[in-house]
Amino acid sequence: MAGRLNRLVDFAPVLIALLLALVVSSVLLIALNANPFEAFDFMLKGAVGSENATAETLVKATPILFVGIGITIAFRGGMINIGGEGQMIAGALAGVTVALVLGEARVPAEMAKTPGAFDLIIVTCSLLGGFLMGALYGGLAGFLKAYFDVNEILSTIMLNQIAVQMMNFLLNGILLDPAEAGFNNIPKTARLVTAAQLPRLSLPIGDPWLFARTRLHWGLIIAMVLAVIIYIFLWRTSWGYRIRAVGENQRASSYAGINVKRQMMFSMFLAGGFAGLAGVVQVLGLQYRLQTDGSPAGFTGAAGFNGIVAALFGGLNPIGAIPAAAFFGGLLVGAQKMQRELGVPASLITAVNGLIVVFVVSSEIFILQRSKRRVSEGEDETPTPNPSSKMREGPSPTEDENSGEGDG
Amino acid sequence: MGLDDILTASVFASAIRLATPYIFAALGETFAQRSGVLNLGVDGMMLMGAFTGFYAVYVAQTNAAMSEPMSLLFGVAVALIVGGLMGLAMAFVSVTLKAKQGISGIGVYLFGLGLSELLFQQWVGTPKSVSGFPRINFPVLTDLPIVGEIFFHHNLLVYVAFALVPISAYVLNNTTFGLMIRAVGQNPEAADAMGVSVTRVRYATTTIGGVLAGLAGASLSIALINLFQQNLTAGQGFIAVALVYFGGWRPWTVAAGAMLFSFVNALQLQIKVIGADIPSEFAVMAPYVITIIALVFATKRHEQPTALTKPYERGE
Repeated sequence: MAGRLNRLVDFAPVLIALLLALVVSSVLLIALNANPFEAFDFMLKGAVGSENATAETLVKATPILFVGIGITIAFRGGMINIGGEGQMIAGALAGVTVALVLGEARVPAEMAKTPGAFDLIIVTCSLLGGFLMGALYGGLAGFLKAYFDVNEILSTIMLNQIAVQMMNFLLNGILLDPAEAGFNNIPKTARLVTAAQLPRLSLPIGDPWLFARTRLHWGLIIAMVLAVIIYIFLWRTSWGYRIRAVGENQRASSYAGINVKRQMMFSMFLAGGFAGLAGVVQVLGLQYRLQTDGSPAGFTGAAGFNGIVAALFGGLNPIGAIPAAAFFGGLLVGAQKMQRELGVPASLITAVNGLIVVFVVSSEIFILQRSKRRVSEGEDETPTPNPSSKMREGPSPTEDENSGEGDG
Repeated sequence: MGLDDILTASVFASAIRLATPYIFAALGETFAQRSGVLNLGVDGMMLMGAFTGFYAVYVAQTNAAMSEPMSLLFGVAVALIVGGLMGLAMAFVSVTLKAKQGISGIGVYLFGLGLSELLFQQWVGTPKSVSGFPRINFPVLTDLPIVGEIFFHHNLLVYVAFALVPISAYVLNNTTFGLMIRAVGQNPEAADAMGVSVTRVRYATTTIGGVLAGLAGASLSIALINLFQQNLTAGQGFIAVALVYFGGWRPWTVAAGAMLFSFVNALQLQIKVIGADIPSEFAVMAPYVITIIALVFATKRHEQPTALTKPYERGE
């Protein structure tokens, strides 16, 4: 019973944050002459009010979940990865290239639009390509941190900007769909052949099946399965243990013989890989091409940032990230309905997301005090796995920056 | 097309102008970091400063409520206050609540990004321009060839930014307050033992950082670009944070870094103007690539404030 209570308290920061965010957004809505109850009602209807609304919520949640899993790994490893946006773009660029090239090589032109076609090799290679490119892009920041002591927060932010420009360059150049060139201002690649697309997802409930007429796709299932796998990886394998050890205390890990530099790169590599998957799944599952309006969030829809929020909201636990991602997907979709119905701009959600981040990390102090009290009373610490042990008593990710070097 | 076409006086002049917001924001961040607080919310504070400063001027000017110079000062005051309030909030979160600074700063950034966009859409709608700080014409000096264009034909805030560099250096290095800041950032335990309030000093520096971030935003929206649109800063606040690392936490070198960065940016714009055969995407990318390279070579570990990002806990 005590154990269960402890587990509940682990999610206390999240609940506190949610409550405070609700209060502040109500105040904001009142200040904007909107009735908060009406606004929340529209948001709820917009998010889960119909079959299609629910599907759209899950569609939005998918890239957030992929990024959130990656951010969870990075944060657990003590690396503050703000580069989800850039890593998504890197993954999408590689993935769409693989899908286009293999699609041309393996599918005859007259079969390009055959409905229901599915080529496992094209899809697998594209996903792997996206993962790998995102991982290399994230790993680059890890490398710079490990060997040149470049703050990973800053490098990933710079790499985000660089990725956006790289995407604009490639989409206006070699990746530009020749058929589309000059038609409009939205640079985009050619459409993927149907065999390279992730199938739509529907559940055998009712007739027609649930979600059969929506845009929901298999990316969601891939992300959820990977969330479970990464949970096992982080808490049941020695690789995951080493990542978490470095995140908790670099100096101690170093004394214990763990190669801290390698772990830093590894956790950023994996984090980038998951963001890369988020990017390539958007292409294979939803857009069927890579397109952007040229702005930083033009392709990603800011999922690279929202994934950070979801990771924190999920208690830095990959499985916790599943409901968190669904929640933020719902917020985004619901806010669009609120905007349509009440004229309150959907950018309210960006502000509220920011508040949630602040509230989650701020309310940790109460947990910290509680766990200190527990330790001083001589009570046993809850053993791992423990969703937010990192958040409770871990040092701040950048706190032990010096310890990797060994000298003083 | 030769070097003469690229290195014109106007490029140097625009480099100086472009450096203004970076200098404001990076000097403010230098204060915060020297006392041990990493404020990553600078960009959000800049956006809020930019919007509120702009909106104050916009309302004052459309209603003709006050003279133009008064409206501009009013705008600056509003931006300073809003930035200061956000700095105070950041201080509360990272000093009192001891939240992880890297992450909480991102929250503050998203909050500023979202709220400035929300208020802009709600209160203004489409990008509208205001008449911002005019360029100053100095007698004789402005008319000097080349030198006049480069140094003596800017708006007031540009000069304020550059004047703040020696002032900040003096405050940090030669005053009691500066000594307290450095002590708190270097060895909070010792500072505390000497009777310096770690909390109070960090509140002060983080608030100064917020005030200057607000001013940095206003320098964009009512002095350099004279309009507001969503995400006006486009990540300039983050560059400012990088410049503090690059400049080794010293006002003079931080400002020099801001100048270097702005010079690359001005060159990049000039290259676009004269239509050189370089894809514009690479030109836009260049400053960010250079920032990363600069961080690789310039991060001097031994100069970093020892207590940076570490909340202070009094020993039992």
